[in-house]
Amino acid sequence: MKFVVKAWSNGKARTGLLQLTNCPNSIETPSLLLSTRKGLPLFISPDLLPSLPSPDSHLLQFSPLHFLEGPSPKTISSIGGLHQMLGLHEYGYAAVPRDSIQCLPECNSTNKMGASFETPCGRSLVDYLFLLIKPVEYIEMISSMRPNLWTTLADEVPAWVSDKRNKTSVDRTVKWLDECIAKSPAGGAVFGSIVGGSNIEERQRCAQEVAMRNVSGYWIGGVGLGESMDERPSLLNTVTDKLPEERPRLISGLGLPEEILQGVAAGVDLFDSVYIYQLTLGGFALIFPLNIMEKNLYDFQSTDQGSDGTKINLKATLYRKDTTPIVEGCSCYTCKNHTKAYINHLLNVHEMLAQILLEIHNTHHHLGFFRSIREAIKEGKFEQFQKKFIRSRRDHLAASVASV
Amino acid sequence: MALSFEVLGRFNRARAAQLTLPHFVCQTPLFMPVGTQGTIKGLTTNQLEEIGCQIILGNTYHLALRPTSELIDELGGLHKFMNWPRALLTDSGGFQMVSLLHLADITEKGVTFQSPVDGKPMLLTPEESIQIQNRIGADIIMALDDVVKTTITGPRIEEAMYRTLRWIDRCIAAHKRPHEQNLFGIVQGGLDPVLRDICVRGLVDRNLPGYVYFPSMNSVQVQGQNVIGLNSIQPFRIYAIGGLAGGEDKDSFWRVVAQCTAALPEDKPRYVMGVGYPLDIVVCSALGADMYDCVYPTRTARFGTALVPEGVLKLKHKAMADDTRPIDPTCACMVCKNYTRAYIHCLVTKDAMGSQLLSYHNLYYMMQFSRNLHSSIIEGRFPDEQTYLIAEAVALVFGLNVKMVWWGWFPKGDVPEWVCNAMEVAGIDISSCCAPFPSSQD
Ligand SMILES: [Zn+2]
Ligand SMILES: [Zn+2]
Repeated sequence: MKFVVKAWSNGKARTGLLQLTNCPNSIETPSLLLSTRKGLPLFISPDLLPSLPSPDSHLLQFSPLHFLEGPSPKTISSIGGLHQMLGLHEYGYAAVPRDSIQCLPECNSTNKMGASFETPCGRSLVDYLFLLIKPVEYIEMISSMRPNLWTTLADEVPAWVSDKRNKTSVDRTVKWLDECIAKSPAGGAVFGSIVGGSNIEERQRCAQEVAMRNVSGYWIGGVGLGESMDERPSLLNTVTDKLPEERPRLISGLGLPEEILQGVAAGVDLFDSVYIYQLTLGGFALIFPLNIMEKNLYDFQSTDQGSDGTKINLKATLYRKDTTPIVEGCSCYTCKNHTKAYINHLLNVHEMLAQILLEIHNTHHHLGFFRSIREAIKEGKFEQFQKKFIRSRRDHLAASVASV
Repeated sequence: MALSFEVLGRFNRARAAQLTLPHFVCQTPLFMPVGTQGTIKGLTTNQLEEIGCQIILGNTYHLALRPTSELIDELGGLHKFMNWPRALLTDSGGFQMVSLLHLADITEKGVTFQSPVDGKPMLLTPEESIQIQNRIGADIIMALDDVVKTTITGPRIEEAMYRTLRWIDRCIAAHKRPHEQNLFGIVQGGLDPVLRDICVRGLVDRNLPGYVYFPSMNSVQVQGQNVIGLNSIQPFRIYAIGGLAGGEDKDSFWRVVAQCTAALPEDKPRYVMGVGYPLDIVVCSALGADMYDCVYPTRTARFGTALVPEGVLKLKHKAMADDTRPIDPTCACMVCKNYTRAYIHCLVTKDAMGSQLLSYHNLYYMMQFSRNLHSSIIEGRFPDEQTYLIAEAVALVFGLNVKMVWWGWFPKGDVPEWVCNAMEVAGIDISSCCAPFPSSQD
């Protein structure tokens, strides 16, 4: 893995190029990692993946814990690793234990031996299982899967834990980092995990410790676990201030476009995409304009009932007879082939094709959002971009409140 | 008439044909996947084209409930609504009403049923069924038939047969788009050859574009148990649910098919409704049938079962957990080219992707199977020539080859008797396959 920073805008926002050995083209950052379940997007089958913008869509994130029920590390290894098992040879895989959907950190069951995760067991959605993963087991999984990059095991805690627990979390995460590095297999780039909850001092301490280690990049964990949006910029900045500029920073747990902008403003390069999954399952489609800098604020404000300015709910009866695509002019498979009326019908009758089409459009649209962020940074206008985006959202919300 | 049917090749009673419909030129024998609500579960329309689907079946009853036929009509028909450029077929809706709704009753007027929306009594007449199907706009539409419950036997079968014939006249009269949509009639008459004969002749006199068989049975075995009272006119739904019918019942099935194919005109397509097991398709095709539909390939995929030349492969089974082979090493589909059984094993019945990938493979298998049947019937068109040994001709007729089909399905040479009987009537000698597969020939 190679990474170079190309341009800066308004202080810390930056664009860069990430080159992975098996991907023919380097990927521009800030960039989105597509969330997967067992290595494939939730609903987009591998033959439909090439319809997404390339190479933007070539970064995939997975949790090694998804494979605890099989195939065994031995089998995955004999198949030839994750790329071979999934038939996606020109895609980059990033391993992060927590997936923000089905594998959530469970700090009460985590102990000094290893990190604990809450994960659904069996077919029932109400039965949960706590999995305790030790660094040595985690490394064994990584060795068999051979991802392009992987994050070290972390003890993530929610924002409301005591200072004492937060301190323990940092101590453990740094200790596990050393264990992981010591046992790390050849190949894949190691991303050192940084935690510290919503405590500025602990965040700083953790970032400093990790920055001293020999790693290829950094993973900012313990985000999206109860901290408020207002306190987040200072927490993120505390971390990135301590990190060397030349290495990439990956974050998990930020979803909303506003949150992504907060991350970019703090100098984060790679983001996961649980947001797309949540939108898709709720029947939502992203619709906000991507050419934000050229757009009049007025154009932003769709007056649709089902809309909040950034997304629409296709379950709304409003779309029953709407024969237009989700976004006019969108070049995704869904918008080129299907109408809002059809997706509305599919949602009404609970057909899986609705989720397939929505995941395709939402992924496509979110990748487009990242592209406009990169363009704004290259033009040195990231701050204006962020302000304009947030103001238009606020205006829209105000307008819809006023109209009620 | 919005249909042309050209027989391209024959092997005794089996035929390979080109069926030209308003939206697509199809090659028969063909299998139609069931897309109940205007979508095949878990697949996009461009994937269906890639797989080679020629006709998709939509269920009138479901589409009429949601999104309603009026809405489909207003938005330009089902083809446009679901963006499917190839052919579509809709059923009459009658079968679903009788099988899904408890209080369905049949009178001369039509099928009376309780509305699932507000519980009020509703009436589906032959005229209404056709009107709804005219709005949906499929290439092939089905006449409403009198659906017989098997608990009532005897004269009721005869009454249903005559009523079906009277209703077909009402359907023909109500059909507003005969130049864009083809109305298919349904052959009724239970197991009684005389009634079947009357019905076939009645339909032939009406010169419909195509015919459908509903071979009927009084009792059907489901997983070894005799089940009486299941709907007699569409017994194959029962197979689709997963039970294996007993030999005797299968015997009734092929005999009805054989009688109907022998009696119907050569220049019209013949559709055996609800049949979807590969073996049943082979037998029916040998007897001269052309079209099939079944939910089996996609439903079984959702439960983790893959169709393979040897029969089925249960991906859920523990043995698959570390099996690094593809589902079917001889299959050229996207799934088999990329994935191991071990990987599919960890997806099935847990993740949406498991049923997406297995449905893809299973439909690809059915389409490849149909294509092989088609080309082998054409290639086997001169079986008398010395170029083909009998066994090879048999192999050609059944697509794939002898090893893959017969010895694959029945490696011990235990071809069921009903299959042997049916094949004999079809003029195909499979005696060479009714012996264990010699290992030296692999
Ligand atoms: Zn789109
Ligand atoms: Zn396959």
